[in-house]
Amino acid sequence: MKLEMKDQPGQLVAALKPISAVGGNIIAVIHQRETSTATETLDVQIVLELPEGRLPNLLELLRAQGVSVVRIGEERLLYECTLIMIGHLMHTDLSDTVDQIDRTGSAEVTELSLVMPAIDAPSSARITIRSTTRAEMKRAIRILYAVAEQKNLLIIEPLEDA
Amino acid sequence: MRIALLGFGSVGQGIARAILAKDLDIIVTGLADSRSGTIDAGGIDLLAALARKGDGGPCGNPGVSPADVVAKAEYDVLVEVTPTNVETAEPALGHIRAALQRHKHVVTSNKGPIALAYPELRELAEANGVLLKYEATVCGAIPLIHAMQEGLAGNTISRLYGVFNGTCNYILTRMAEDALTYEQALAEARELGYAEADPTYDVEGIDAAIKLVILANTILDMHTTLDDVERTGITLLTPDALQLAEDLDCTIRLIGEIIPGAGVLRVSPRIVPKVHPLVVEGTLNAVTVEADLAGDLTFIGKGAGSTETASAVIGDLLYIRDRHVQGS
Ligand SMILES: NC(=O)c1ccc[n+]([C@@H]2O[C@H](COP(=O)([O-])OP(=O)(O)OC[C@H]3O[C@@H](n4cnc5c(N)ncnc54)[C@H](OP(=O)(O)O)[C@@H]3O)[C@@H](O)[C@H]2O)c1
Repeated sequence: MKLEMKDQPGQLVAALKPISAVGGNIIAVIHQRETSTATETLDVQIVLELPEGRLPNLLELLRAQGVSVVRIGEERLLYECTLIMIGHLMHTDLSDTVDQIDRTGSAEVTELSLVMPAIDAPSSARITIRSTTRAEMKRAIRILYAVAEQKNLLIIEPLEDA
Repeated sequence: MRIALLGFGSVGQGIARAILAKDLDIIVTGLADSRSGTIDAGGIDLLAALARKGDGGPCGNPGVSPADVVAKAEYDVLVEVTPTNVETAEPALGHIRAALQRHKHVVTSNKGPIALAYPELRELAEANGVLLKYEATVCGAIPLIHAMQEGLAGNTISRLYGVFNGTCNYILTRMAEDALTYEQALAEARELGYAEADPTYDVEGIDAAIKLVILANTILDMHTTLDDVERTGITLLTPDALQLAEDLDCTIRLIGEIIPGAGVLRVSPRIVPKVHPLVVEGTLNAVTVEADLAGDLTFIGKGAGSTETASAVIGDLLYIRDRHVQGS
């Protein structure tokens, strides 16, 4: 998740404290000069991981500290994992395979490259999954394996975790 | 030091040639292949035995069996280099037991007995005051077992992973290089002598899985069998899949992995960045060990071959000689 705020003196420190107070994890603090705005103020973006359901609590704490949050970013899928699948992907309903992951709500397929082979030969695809947390990624991959088992697909995982 | 050599194929002959070529102070007093054997307390003429074998003949007399050599020859160390049997480990297992019971050290390149019966054999060796060494069973020339038992003693290993099978690595290298199909790359590996007529054992990941079991049971204090290894081979891989990996500057390798803390033992094709140290070419093997004190170490070398595997056997022999064999 991404929080954006004006970089006024003291705001950054005031913003960071409540994040850890609600059990959040700061991943990056980015200063960004927005040339489009007339005043050319510095914006600060904080990229962070937050346990489920803590956002209202955090916003309240931030407000109490006098920090004005300009925008709450939609981009909340921080973990990414790219795998390769081999098998009769089309015959076994590829969109259903993708759906089963998307349906979790906490992980989704963000990219899919499919190579169509000769008729009846197994096809190969590269699938990128993004998720909010490491645990959700593990769960998504478990779902993918379960689907692969049913549909007789081979899954090739990366050597290192996302 | 006197040795009895059981098995006179690729590895056995490699050992013989190294003994002939170098001043290793090793004499062979017993020798057997599948059809014959010979015993000579004064030292067998290895050059003549190699010549007989080269002509397609037996290495010794049809009247002398491997069991005779084990039971009757005068030797300090039995060198057991016969084919691997992953179901029963026989007849090697029986020969190794018999030698240990005779208070003879044993060095083997045969994965069967070590993967299936290490605890029993180790106990038997200890009870008889002798050593059992098996460096050549895992990754040929790479002294991985010695490194882990001696050099890394005192470290806790959190993960060990790598390329344990040269045949698969060759096939995958060729599929990636020239967009060959699995079948084409396998045919090429066969022509070059890198794959057996029946490649199942290599391409289904069984060979790599056995090596994991050996490392897990003999070094990492685990109690596993071949069935505990989650295993996927490379037979279903497509050139398209390798290309999809290539698009990300990655490739696909058959990786064996042990995570002792999580009880993970697995052999499967994995996507690996091309710049990763485990991405080695051709028939090479490569293993990374994550150790708490030492940090990460990666070993790369030849996992098979006559001379290369003989190197590991000879290393074990000289280890035993330097510590245990008196007056030779
Ligand atoms: N080659 C490698 O690079 C390598 C690397 C690591 C480990 N290893 C292991 O080392 C062992 C030997 O491999 P290798 O490549 O040398 O095999 P190989 O070339 O097939 O030679 C096997 C030898 O064992 C003999 N033999 C077969 N059954 C026997 C029996 N019942 N009693 C006595 N001798 C018997 C064969 O006799 P004949 O000559 O009469 O057929 C042959 O001389 C295997 O367990 C293998 O897994 C090999």
